[in-house]
Amino acid sequence: MAATLPPPRLLPSGDCAITVEFSRNIDDAANRRVLALDRAMTAEPLTGVTETVPTYRSLLVHYDPVLVDFDKLGEKILALAQRPVPATIKTRRWRIPVVYGGEHGVDLEDVAKTLNTTPDDIVARHVAGDYRVAMIGFTPGWSYLSGLEKSLHMPRRQNPRLLTPAGTISIGGVQTGVQCLAGPSGWHLLGRTAVRTYQLHRDPIFLLEPGDNVTFAAIDAKTFAEQDRAAEAGEFIAEQIAS
Amino acid sequence: MSKLVIASIGPASSVQDGGRPGAQRYGLVPSGAMDRLALAAANILVGNEPFTAAVEVGPFGAKFTARGGAVRVALAGAPRNADIAGRAVASDTSATLADGETLTLGFARGGSFSYLAIEGGIAGEPMFGSLAVNARAGLGSPYPRPLQSGDELQAKAASGTAERRIELPATTDAPILIVWGPQDDEFADETKKLFVDSEWKISATSDRMGYRLEGPVLKHLHGHNIVSDGTVNGSLQVPGNGQPIVLMRDRGTSGGYPKIATVISADFGRLAQIPAGRAFRFRAVSMAEAQAEARKFAALLHTLPERLRAIESVDLNIEALHDANVAGHAVSAVDAGTWHAVSLADIAGPD
Repeated sequence: MAATLPPPRLLPSGDCAITVEFSRNIDDAANRRVLALDRAMTAEPLTGVTETVPTYRSLLVHYDPVLVDFDKLGEKILALAQRPVPATIKTRRWRIPVVYGGEHGVDLEDVAKTLNTTPDDIVARHVAGDYRVAMIGFTPGWSYLSGLEKSLHMPRRQNPRLLTPAGTISIGGVQTGVQCLAGPSGWHLLGRTAVRTYQLHRDPIFLLEPGDNVTFAAIDAKTFAEQDRAAEAGEFIAEQIAS
Repeated sequence: MSKLVIASIGPASSVQDGGRPGAQRYGLVPSGAMDRLALAAANILVGNEPFTAAVEVGPFGAKFTARGGAVRVALAGAPRNADIAGRAVASDTSATLADGETLTLGFARGGSFSYLAIEGGIAGEPMFGSLAVNARAGLGSPYPRPLQSGDELQAKAASGTAERRIELPATTDAPILIVWGPQDDEFADETKKLFVDSEWKISATSDRMGYRLEGPVLKHLHGHNIVSDGTVNGSLQVPGNGQPIVLMRDRGTSGGYPKIATVISADFGRLAQIPAGRAFRFRAVSMAEAQAEARKFAALLHTLPERLRAIESVDLNIEALHDANVAGHAVSAVDAGTWHAVSLADIAGPD
């Protein structure tokens, strides 16, 4: 039998949500427990719970305080969180094509310079990674991936950019990410993908799920342009591959 | 089919309803009306379900013209002067525009958002069960963006039902109630005391994503970066400059600043209505008190239909409007140039 798991902290997020915190840090084991609790709560919905939001280190549980109060719900969540994390969980694996550098990844050269290497080497290291969607947040489809190689860990930019392109693939801190919509970002922009992790009028609207595995493949600008047109028409572009 | 044509409208006005919960795990915020009680009151007045889509009118004026037939509407939320072709329309009442008539709304006085509900609702294509505008995500119907002059809202022909008023509990300037957490342990006890002992003002550079507060600087114990976690409506996050931001209906679903406290759900609409520049305070309550308030608020929403009253006399309304006019001279310190000029998106980013 596995040793008893330390209980998560139950932090009040107002009167309609509980932050179930497994760690204060980015921690792979904690993220696995977050995702396991999320799955358990989806499989066996608790009275009053309206939705759950997994993040790196905590699960945010929204609930209706007319149906259940903080203490009663907290007890039930703690009981679920004590269950051992399943060793193998069936997850999907996606390959996401990326055009790196140039106008598509304006920070690639600087990142290479900072790390005393070549842009090609940075691309090789980024493509070699085996990543997991730790959480999706901030704006629709913004997927935060864990598993970035240590040598690519970098502080965020001093001055965040107010507008970065849709489909940006970037690194920041110990993470890499797939950004869907154009928007502000303080991360280092390595490239772009045509994959829309969020697209209205497509089934499914959201492509990636927290817990999915992701790898990247380098493509050229011409292929990107073709894929971008196909993606606009509703194609996934991301390929689901065998785990 | 009747329709309301928007002859003019200020910024920060959009179609909103109860929002679209359920997809926050994909980064999609529910959005929805800033003041749910006012939305529900306006809808109940015209016989709609409480969270039917309505026009959320920002702090500035607006004009709506009925075309293709009569349109029955109701107005609730921030008090403001209103008339239909010169006939005064009081807040918290229904009224009917004859074909070709124009409803003119003045500036909000002592609030920020009013709700114009239309009998039968607004025709549109719901996404995730909602017409609410979330411009960033390309969502909202009939227009996935704030409303502009020339926009048209398709509506049902007015039923001719007698007009009503609704008796809502008196508004109050009492402190906005909060519960501590989820990251109040990132702040010293003196800082928490400073937070509840001080007066705060909402900055004019606020929007539906967040209200920036101006007041004393709140110091962090361990720096201002935490690993991102989930946010809720009313999260009081404290960025590096120590000036809190209250996360509102169009917030990011996750954030990387410590959250010292959370506005209780029953007081969220009251906070949303505090005009920029007016001083207010917070008061901390226990979780039990906060959840008792949530149950009271749910009961109030549930019993709104019992608060409908017949309108006895049109003269009364004109007098009420006149009084309000006299009382409400020095109004909004906000002007169209500053409100919404800087979006919070400009300072926030993924963590």
